[in-house]
Amino acid sequence: MSHDHTEGAHIGIPGYLGVFAILVVGTILTYYVATFDLDFIFAGANTLVALLIAFTKMAFVMLYFMHVRWSGRLIWLSAVASFFWLAIMFAYTMQDYLTRGQGVFSY
Amino acid sequence: MQTQDAISAGYGGDKPSYLTNGSTLKSWLLTKDHKRIAIMYLISVSVFFFMGGIYAAFIRLELLTPASDLLETATYNKVFTQHGILMIFFFLIPAIPAILGNFLLPLMIGAKDLALPRINLLSLYIYWVGGILTLYALMQGGVDTGWTFYTPYSTTFSNSFVMAVGLGIFINGFSSILTGLNFIVTIHTMRAPGMTWFRLPLFVWAHYATSLVMILGTPVVAITVLLLAIERVTRVGIFDPAIGGDPILFQHLFWFYSHPAVYIMILPGMGVISEVISNFSRKKIFGYEFIAFSSIAIAVFGFLVWGHHMFVSGQSIYAGLVFSFLTMVVAVPSAIKVFNWTATMYKGSISYDTPMLYAIGFLGLFLVGGLTGLFLGSVGLTVHLTDTYFVVAHFHYVMVGGQVIAYLAGIHYWWPKMTGRMYSEFWGKISAMLVFVGFNLTFFPQFILGYQGMPRRYAAYPEEFQVLNIFSTAGASVLGVGLTLPVIYFTHSIIAGKRAGDNPWMLPGLEWRTASPPPTENFEEMPVVTWEAYEFGEENGLDIESARKASGPSVPVQA
Repeated sequence: MSHDHTEGAHIGIPGYLGVFAILVVGTILTYYVATFDLDFIFAGANTLVALLIAFTKMAFVMLYFMHVRWSGRLIWLSAVASFFWLAIMFAYTMQDYLTRGQGVFSY
Repeated sequence: MQTQDAISAGYGGDKPSYLTNGSTLKSWLLTKDHKRIAIMYLISVSVFFFMGGIYAAFIRLELLTPASDLLETATYNKVFTQHGILMIFFFLIPAIPAILGNFLLPLMIGAKDLALPRINLLSLYIYWVGGILTLYALMQGGVDTGWTFYTPYSTTFSNSFVMAVGLGIFINGFSSILTGLNFIVTIHTMRAPGMTWFRLPLFVWAHYATSLVMILGTPVVAITVLLLAIERVTRVGIFDPAIGGDPILFQHLFWFYSHPAVYIMILPGMGVISEVISNFSRKKIFGYEFIAFSSIAIAVFGFLVWGHHMFVSGQSIYAGLVFSFLTMVVAVPSAIKVFNWTATMYKGSISYDTPMLYAIGFLGLFLVGGLTGLFLGSVGLTVHLTDTYFVVAHFHYVMVGGQVIAYLAGIHYWWPKMTGRMYSEFWGKISAMLVFVGFNLTFFPQFILGYQGMPRRYAAYPEEFQVLNIFSTAGASVLGVGLTLPVIYFTHSIIAGKRAGDNPWMLPGLEWRTASPPPTENFEEMPVVTWEAYEFGEENGLDIESARKASGPSVPVQA
């Protein structure tokens, strides 16, 4: 199994505090954005923005706190596979919600 | 030609077995030995199985007569819910991976232990905590939502112990995740020299596929139960339409895990059956690669079919058609396995020992279970069959006819390795036949009942359904006797059973090349694998077939 996980590559306490600060800013930003009605862009835009911020925060947690950035290809494969599975869950759930009451198969 | 003694020697050595290496309670409760942890799982899982069985007995007794006379309807709701919860979350899911997988996986790949022994012990403790919490909730008053916890009933209307049981299942899920993680790391990093991926026993491939499902699916149901709890406590609208939620979203999230969970239950069973059929046909398995990759295919496609539980839920018709098509697709890898097992038996030197009787039973019962799944996966026919006893029969044909039968095959097959003792082959065969007959008598009438329109989850039913229900209850009592017998003869085996040789079935797998029961380190010296899986000729280094024929009739070899 490939494993080039070296201690020297990590970002140290200041780096971790920096990532933590990004997460806090992300949380505040989520709250701040939620106070605006973004439906003038398109319906449900608030949800999309909140999800984008959440995914960004998640990426920082995985890359730095979970050390995926310095891990081998097998760990990267596992991480990507998890996202792929998440995408399956969203996509197949949405194929239900987006096809209700419209199109050839509507009811 | 090698002799029987040479075959028994292997890598075992003279070290004390894992059973005699410490006898205090502490030596068991703080052990990191995968074999001892497996034994503790065996005892715990068996307790849950028999508790679930008691609930099953109450269900069948209530349904002996058309009226709701033995149990009140509210009590009946709790009884079938608790039967489902105990059997699914605390027996079917952990049984084969946590007991047989834990015990055998390191032995089969030539490792000293699992890669993360402390995590292995932790997963047992988590299982206990989740189990005790669930039992506490059941004893306090129980839960009546059905094992699926469908909303909005579970969030809004039910006054039973939904939160406590949900918490128990939430905690128990982490046990499953950690076991799957441990297996994946072990298979990747702990294989003995020469044990390449395509020399792995198919039992190991099946557990690899199962572990993928465990770590990818289980977190979703944990989060779903958490969301349910959040809505129930804080009234944040997630699933309840009255406060802006969507009850069908619960079903999507729940079945995203719970359908793949069916494969968590059945895939390890398929691994057991691959071992038993090849070894008791004394023939290299037909289509090794196809069986190995069909396990992975089942794990992957199993994640794409959950919507077939929701055909009449309000899900869109387009989604129903897609899920129906994918359901037909997932039947293909299962069929590949059944064809290959059958082809393996063709012209094999079959011995009808107890494990093989169960394995042959599995073939027929799983076939019925699988084919009736296609009925239910057909988006038109299922409108008639949804929530009828047809579903109950199909599910039990797969889960009991499949997983439980495979588990029984496995526990009989590896019992001599686990305990160093033989059990009564006579009573083993009697038990296998009682289980087969009792099972069919219990569940086949339910197909007819369901097709005729008898709904599930009701304590009362019209009088015209009584005859078939009497058959079913009579079958359940036969099944109960069949399942109780192994407890008796296994207990007798531990106390007074004949000692088993290291390789009582005379087989080539690595687990049979160490002592019975194995030493704590599994192998005295690191095994080096130079042979392919399931080779019975001289190429595996042990001319087993010649030695077996020289040793006389096909009976287990005792020390």
